[in-house]
Amino acid sequence: MVGMLKAVRFLAPAMVLGAVPMAGNAWAAGRSEPWQMWFQEPASPVMERIVEFHDIIFAIEVGVVILVLGILCYVIVRFNAKSNPVPSTTTHNTLLEVTWTAVPVLILIIIAVPSMKLLYYADRVEKAEMTLKITGNQWFWTYAYPDHGGFSFDSVIVPDDELKKGQPRLLTVDNPVVLPAQTNVRLLFTSADVIHDWAVPSLGLKLDAVQGRINESWVRINAEGDYYGMCSELCGVNHGFMPVHVKAVSKQAFQAWIDKAKQEFANTDNAAAVRMAAGAPDR
Amino acid sequence: MANQAATAPGEHEHRPTGWRRWVYSTNHKDIGTMYIVLSMVAALIGGGMSMLIRLELMEPGIQYITDFQFYNVVVTGHGFIMVFFVVMPALIGGFGNWFVPLMIGAPDMAFPRMNNISFWLLAAALLLLLIAAFTQGGPGTGWTVYPPLSNIDFHPGAAVDFGILSLHLAGASSVLGAINFITTIFNMRAPGLTMHRMPLFCWAILVTAFLLLLAIPVLAGGLTMLLTDRNFGTAFFEVAGGGDPVLWQHLFWFFGHPEVYIIIIPAFGIISQVVSTFSRKPIFGYLGMAYAMVFIGFVGFVVWAHHMYTAGLDADTRAYFVGATLVIAVPTGIKIFSWLATMWGGSIDFRTPMLFACGFIFLFVLGGVTGVALANSGIDLAWHDTYFVVAHFHYVMAIAAVFGMFAGYYYWIGKMSGRQYPRVLARIHFWTFFVGVNLVFFPQHFLGMAGMPRRIPDYPDAYAGWNYVSSAGAFITSFATLLFFYIVWRTLTSGEKVAANQWGEGAKTLEWTVASPAPFHTHEDLPDMTGKQPAE
Repeated sequence: MVGMLKAVRFLAPAMVLGAVPMAGNAWAAGRSEPWQMWFQEPASPVMERIVEFHDIIFAIEVGVVILVLGILCYVIVRFNAKSNPVPSTTTHNTLLEVTWTAVPVLILIIIAVPSMKLLYYADRVEKAEMTLKITGNQWFWTYAYPDHGGFSFDSVIVPDDELKKGQPRLLTVDNPVVLPAQTNVRLLFTSADVIHDWAVPSLGLKLDAVQGRINESWVRINAEGDYYGMCSELCGVNHGFMPVHVKAVSKQAFQAWIDKAKQEFANTDNAAAVRMAAGAPDR
Repeated sequence: MANQAATAPGEHEHRPTGWRRWVYSTNHKDIGTMYIVLSMVAALIGGGMSMLIRLELMEPGIQYITDFQFYNVVVTGHGFIMVFFVVMPALIGGFGNWFVPLMIGAPDMAFPRMNNISFWLLAAALLLLLIAAFTQGGPGTGWTVYPPLSNIDFHPGAAVDFGILSLHLAGASSVLGAINFITTIFNMRAPGLTMHRMPLFCWAILVTAFLLLLAIPVLAGGLTMLLTDRNFGTAFFEVAGGGDPVLWQHLFWFFGHPEVYIIIIPAFGIISQVVSTFSRKPIFGYLGMAYAMVFIGFVGFVVWAHHMYTAGLDADTRAYFVGATLVIAVPTGIKIFSWLATMWGGSIDFRTPMLFACGFIFLFVLGGVTGVALANSGIDLAWHDTYFVVAHFHYVMAIAAVFGMFAGYYYWIGKMSGRQYPRVLARIHFWTFFVGVNLVFFPQHFLGMAGMPRRIPDYPDAYAGWNYVSSAGAFITSFATLLFFYIVWRTLTSGEKVAANQWGEGAKTLEWTVASPAPFHTHEDLPDMTGKQPAE
């Protein structure tokens, strides 16, 4: 069943746009490709389940649209004034009315069951192996590692004119957040000022960072790599310029990074905030 | 005045002229006309703002708007203007005022003077919103106005306060209008016109009026709380004072979700009238249609937090909202199938109003299925605050509701002005607008799937392709809209004169029994509807 739905997933964009070539399996993990029409390649169990769930509802969506369009086209051809000069007077059909009430109810139940499973699965993890605390600021993220000595650092966008070759525009930061792959990580979110939203599409992650509360989610990154996202709640003038860059490394590399980071970020004094205020990206 | 009955019917001593006719109007037709004119003016402003956005987003990098506060103000203004000053005035203030009294056989609305103040409050509200945009940086908060961003620390100055006052006036305008419609529909139907014989457009306006009556006060409460937080030291949403920003979201969306039904339900009503007239068949399943709208309105009040799935709500709470939101698909589906069943077996004349109605049915379903998908909190993790949501709500509002507006315009302009629209130009308008809006919004589904967030002035290079297509569509849509304004001018200045009933046997509602243009006063003798067939 799922395999068939996967086929629908691959066929559907082609159905929709005819000859537009599909990106196929060349999707890069971690960020969008040009002309992308589909989700980014999933890199966490939550995103994998989101993609599977989408296969189900997309099939239903396409089915409903084709059904309605089909009936509409038929009616236009068969019952226009030339083809059917005398209109009927039918205004009721109990069987039809019951059917088109009951069948949608059934379809909604078919949607609701996996939907609830996904909701609860994505909500939180039973056994977290470590915690990452994420604070939203205008206009950068601060990451703290409470289980690893409690150090924290800021992650600020690198402006266009300071990008090195190969670094993606508007997604590159000075200090990416480093996490170990294949590890259940509890994520805690809050904000130092307005509401922000930390999102990484390929990991199926999105949660608001709100002052005065701590929101919780979790992630397990399947493989090492770079995963990007952007702030997803309007937070002021540079809302479009506070990206998220998650760098997933092996557990050993993570431990090595932790040891280095503890020293490097020991004297974190909100240097980034000062830089922002001094007008670093004027954009 | 005691001898009023002695004067002959139709005589009116003080028919106003000049500016007093409009400023002091108590005539439902004139007030309806003013609402439509306001809606057209606002459409040019709101549409202009959307063109600014699409121009900037046409290519990656920053080309035109270097002041990002201004960009956020344009995004905010675009949303407010389209919702409150284009769609609502056209459908409710405009067509509602014009045709509810005509359709139920009433000489005017129950409270003609209150009708006047409803209109002028809205005009003042529009002015205040425009002032807000130019005050000290403007409100760059989005139409959702979330604190802390909208609170005094992050939006100092008076811009947000002007915005709040604008919304208070617009809200008051709508509530007074709602009282007027409810009273008129319940009490002033012609003898024999029972509720179950009333045209579906009247049902639509009745349901919409109740939604307005119950939802707007909650918005007003929230707005007042934000105003006092900003200016008088309260801490409803101010964390340092013990408040909660998420409280605003609950209050706003408790209004905000019924608001979107307020926008679409009148369009549903117009589509029912148009489909029935041009299929030359009564609407299939009249009672189902009427009560589907009631049900949608009712359930629409208990689903608001599906706009807040990533705010940090508890999982069980979100599970409830998923279930409740999915439920709305059932009555909506009943309406779609009923329109199709009305057309089935009909003898359909594909005049321009019917083109827009057919377009509505298809495009509303397209927007509706993405709505059913978005109802699911789990998958909303991928879609919240992305262009997928933008695509969804523009399909159901900017496309479907606007198609409803155009269907109403082409259907009723003959009755309102006495002149017919130019037929060939109208068809060109339909097709170019259809192509344009689909080009703008369909690719936005892809952008959202790929992860592009909302409300950003620039984007990573990978999103360039579909953004370009969307912006190209915006130019086509602009051309189509300018063509529409030309059509309006042509109609009013040199359109063919029309008879009382220009649409033939399918047009069975009471407005087609009066002359075109409808006289200043109509139904001064109440029509006797006892024993007549339901006026579909």
